[in-house]
Amino acid sequence: MLTILRQIAVTGIKTEAMPAPADENIVVARLQEEVLRTLGRALTIRQVDAGSCNGCELEIHALANPYYNIEGAGIRFVASPRHADMLLVTGPVSKHMAIALRRTYDATPDPKLVVAVGDCGCMGGIFGESYASLGRVANVIPVDVAIPGCPPTPTALLQGILAAITAHTPPKAEPESSSRTE
Amino acid sequence: MNLSGLGLVGAQLPGAIPAQRVPVSSGQLLAACRLGWEQGSRLVALWISDDRDRARGFCLHIALHDQEGVTLLEYTIPDASSAYPDISTIFPAANRMQRAAFDLVGVASESDDQRPWLWLASWPIDKFPLQRDFVASPKWEPGEETYAFVKVEGDGVHEIPVGPVHAGIIEPGHFRFQVVGEKVLRLEERLGYVHKGIEKRFESLRIGEAHRLAGRVSGDSTVAYAWAYAQAVEAIADAAVPPRAAWLRALALERERIANHLGDLGYLGNDGGFAFGLAQFSRLKEDVLRLNLAAFGHRMMMDYVVPGGVASSLAAAYAAQIREQCPALEREIRILRDIYDEHAGLQDRFRTCGRAPPDLAQQLGLTGLCGRASGQEFDLRCDFPLPPYDVIAPRKMTQTDGDVAARVTVRFDELLESLRLCSALIDGLSDGEVNAPVPEPPPYRLGLGFIEGWRGPVFIALETGPDGTIRRCHPHDPSWSNWPVLEHAVIGNIVPDFPLINKSFNLTYSGHDL
Repeated sequence: MLTILRQIAVTGIKTEAMPAPADENIVVARLQEEVLRTLGRALTIRQVDAGSCNGCELEIHALANPYYNIEGAGIRFVASPRHADMLLVTGPVSKHMAIALRRTYDATPDPKLVVAVGDCGCMGGIFGESYASLGRVANVIPVDVAIPGCPPTPTALLQGILAAITAHTPPKAEPESSSRTE
Repeated sequence: MNLSGLGLVGAQLPGAIPAQRVPVSSGQLLAACRLGWEQGSRLVALWISDDRDRARGFCLHIALHDQEGVTLLEYTIPDASSAYPDISTIFPAANRMQRAAFDLVGVASESDDQRPWLWLASWPIDKFPLQRDFVASPKWEPGEETYAFVKVEGDGVHEIPVGPVHAGIIEPGHFRFQVVGEKVLRLEERLGYVHKGIEKRFESLRIGEAHRLAGRVSGDSTVAYAWAYAQAVEAIADAAVPPRAAWLRALALERERIANHLGDLGYLGNDGGFAFGLAQFSRLKEDVLRLNLAAFGHRMMMDYVVPGGVASSLAAAYAAQIREQCPALEREIRILRDIYDEHAGLQDRFRTCGRAPPDLAQQLGLTGLCGRASGQEFDLRCDFPLPPYDVIAPRKMTQTDGDVAARVTVRFDELLESLRLCSALIDGLSDGEVNAPVPEPPPYRLGLGFIEGWRGPVFIALETGPDGTIRRCHPHDPSWSNWPVLEHAVIGNIVPDFPLINKSFNLTYSGHDL
């Protein structure tokens, strides 16, 4: 027990300041004042891997480490979409995951936010669209914020998540069309 | 593997790893596999390619390996309606590979088990994506299939379906538990949910650019896959890699191992109810990733390994930082290891939990890190030491208990060993070029890549087409061999221990579903 306590004391507090939200990532002007008032900053997130290579998942995991300490900001990952305010979805959406993703979206209570993560989630990435892949997340469910990167760094993820919950008048922007590979 | 008893002679395949290619007839296929099994060979991969456009029907490839190298058995199947002999009677792990090969290429084995494996009703069941005349239709909608799970019957037996969307931040897959009370009688996995057409996608990329796709087969093993791919290209093109590049590749591979082992040890502590472990190990992992970003330009070192070498050299200042990080990490890891070892609650969760005893591991072909925790003493870095592993001489870390505790111990041992290797790599790093031009590989050649990633041996078979195109590329993850063993390791344990057992295996879904 003493070694544990000593290690905790020696390690100290590693948590860094939260980055500023990246409002330029907001792709759809769907965020309403009312939504933000309802959710506030005590946010619960359900992460859905809809077909990623798991690189994005590793960086989402990193958000919980002491440096980023996402729970310290009142943001928590939950085990069920029914408990979630936000879906954090990585892609590309494999055809095999399309039904599960839609069901997860339907199971998430309104008002809800959807954040697409990674180059694949935003544009289909290197996998693109094919017999097995539907490409970007927005091809399957409505997306509020897209966080590009392969994978996005934890800082970029935090900036995107914060953008989704702090934006007041998001700029209108049309999502880019994704490229077909086959 | 010596097949001379069957009158078979192999042709040596060029490349860094010793490999022979052996054409077999229908009568010789099973005999060759059985002889391989008797000689201690293990199944690495099984895949089929469509060679009808070259008037050769379909070709079944079975890659086996032993201490002498890789033996690639090649069996020609005249047309899609002819079945080939069932290999899973000799190598059980072949069952799912054969079913996957049917889903993608449309050639079946003679096995009784003809259930789909990667097919989940998203394209017509009579269309096969890896047949050369396959054309996808945008009209195909995702559908639902009814999969014949094996049911357990009896008083009080009930079924728990889990997934594909899981409770944690993990990849999707379906698990079907048959339980009595808390006790697991049977687990059956249903994978394929993250099938995104990687093998087909390879065929639309050029040889010189597809290392990026290889590096995204399974994100946590990006260095291992990119290196295996580069190895295959270099074998076909007969290209040499500058010494400094080989050393930097090994440095990246060992740092990938370090990062993943640190992450796993944290989550294993957490799943054992010890959140302190997660906080500590995830902090150390972040330190590694941040230095990766500075030194290699990417936190996970994606796109760092390229055919011909590596994408960038390592600045002296970062080499010094990596060298300094090794003893600093080692100091902290030893403190944390003592804490884990002496924590009664944690050890109570780890010991005897999720056992895969050595005889079962040998029979089912458990490989990589999990195999080494179950007495399967294979490690490509030691068995076929390519530069720089011939100089830095990694030690093989093995255990025989085959439980969660053994897999934790192997991770700790390999972590400390990889830190030693990283120090040796920096100390012995020579100056010079880090990339050499790769001539365009000739068409219709086969090249293999075989790299010991953190999870186990990562295999890539690459066949070139004309003008720098890819004719066929089959990436194969060690998880193919290990997923079926997880089903066995869970039997008799309680349901709440499943996340811990699953984490201790930490297998890839993406790298398996392709």
